[in-house]
Amino acid sequence: MKKLVNDPSDYVDEMLDGMTAAYPDRLRRLDGTKVLVRADGPVDGKVAIVSGGGSGHEPTHAGYIGDGMLDGAASGEVFTSPTANELNEMIQACDAGEGVLCVVKNYEGDVMNFDTAAEMAEMEDIDVAQVVVNDDVAVEDSLYTSGRRGVCGTILVHKAVGAKAAAGGSLDEVQAVGEKVIDNVRTMGMALTSCITPEKGEETFDLGDDEIELGIGIHGEPGTERTDMMTADEVAEHLTENVLSDLEVEAGEEVVTIVNGMGGTPLSELFIVNRKVQELLDDRGIETWDAWVGDYMTSLDMMGCSVTVCRVDDELKDLLDADVDTPALKD
Amino acid sequence: MADESVQREALIAAIENVAARIEAEKSTLTDLDSAIGDADHGNNMHRGFEAVVEKVDEFEEMSPADIVKTVGTTIIGNVGGASGPLYGGSLMSASQELEDGITAETSIAFAEAYLEKVKDRGDAHLGAKTMVDALTPAVHTYKKSIEHDDLPPLTAFAKAVDAAERGVEFTVPIRAAKGRASFLGWRSVGHQDPGATSTLFIMQEILKTAEEYLDGETDAEAVAESVPDEDPEEAK
Repeated sequence: MKKLVNDPSDYVDEMLDGMTAAYPDRLRRLDGTKVLVRADGPVDGKVAIVSGGGSGHEPTHAGYIGDGMLDGAASGEVFTSPTANELNEMIQACDAGEGVLCVVKNYEGDVMNFDTAAEMAEMEDIDVAQVVVNDDVAVEDSLYTSGRRGVCGTILVHKAVGAKAAAGGSLDEVQAVGEKVIDNVRTMGMALTSCITPEKGEETFDLGDDEIELGIGIHGEPGTERTDMMTADEVAEHLTENVLSDLEVEAGEEVVTIVNGMGGTPLSELFIVNRKVQELLDDRGIETWDAWVGDYMTSLDMMGCSVTVCRVDDELKDLLDADVDTPALKD
Repeated sequence: MADESVQREALIAAIENVAARIEAEKSTLTDLDSAIGDADHGNNMHRGFEAVVEKVDEFEEMSPADIVKTVGTTIIGNVGGASGPLYGGSLMSASQELEDGITAETSIAFAEAYLEKVKDRGDAHLGAKTMVDALTPAVHTYKKSIEHDDLPPLTAFAKAVDAAERGVEFTVPIRAAKGRASFLGWRSVGHQDPGATSTLFIMQEILKTAEEYLDGETDAEAVAESVPDEDPEEAK
């Protein structure tokens, strides 16, 4: 399979070098790590927002570093959580004395490493708080799973907590905003193809020309169900119905939607899906306050999409509407 | 076991054997992980043990406990994911049990501490289709063989490896309740757990090394008879 790589083991390293080369005035890499931080950070008087996780989800996470969003992002190897040591270095580098909020996606590795890093940073007298995003409705949250995965809803968490911190919110207030988004956001994804991790060099799973996977995550892992190929409208309907019924949105409520590309799907197809998503919401009397369409949380070169719905009130609307200036998200 | 210098030499040999085995099985582990996870277990374990092997020169000056601790911290520092804390963090904590050197007694304490740490960090129980399913029968068998059956540690460890192998087989027909495989729900049934598998590979290499360094033969017949033919679930 053809890919633009050199030595696959340098994949993340070289990507990060390329990112800092593209945004030298915005991003700075902590020496000897895979952590990027704001070039102008730490920002005095502000709670720091940090995130991190495996690579392969670009522009997540480092693309969201900047004013109104993240202060730092740690990149692990492809689909692998960063180490606790690097997360700790990030927390320490970003803290401006007001505390640090870690936005963690609900995967065992991420949670374990962020927990350990928080303990390490607290030993250095840094206040650390955490929110764990678990918006994926494809996975049942029960004793028989590791809970729901954190997927594209994470972007809205980053945006809201980033805005709250920029507005001078305390660590507790910023954390509360994060929890509020998490309580109100749900996502479900599907794949037309698997993805190719650079080290393996071939597709993680085989999918026939006439088959799709429903309920996929963001790591090229198989989903919860394999079915026959569907039309864009059928896909939009399946994902939206599952998300809405889980979130229990009622007529008259306002929402933000994201039709997110998994990395290998053209924007035109995402718009086709979005068209149907908006039609479905309209039919139910649910009002879309803002509709995002694009590649926000990807899974390398996977073809497919996810649909995110987040219920919003005045507070969340203000925060999601607030100024933001990052490589991947601007006003 | 023999004096500290021999223990150190055996430990270093075991580490090198484990690293070589992980490298050789890199794609086996990644393929297992592709089926029910995210296709990185082989590469992650390899990256960790590659970094460990680079530190072998430093091990020449260390006590066995410090060597094991350093293997743990090196894995923590280089692997990430869940494997970093589970394999590395548990080795680091359990290494305390080896402070008086490696004996039958301290090795049991080490094995128990390691299993407890893995269960604790991973919040995993037996039957969740994880490395715990390979470790639990191995640790129980090892302890019982020494404490109740008075078998020599090498024979006990051979039985433990045999038990771990059955644990790995047990992961195939059960549904995952922990880790990324749990996201697949019923689709995880029929696949072998990569973490249980790498755990078995590590134990097999430790056994192979121990056979070279420890006096006395493994009692092959005792090993074959040791593990009862029961369903691990029923045995609870």
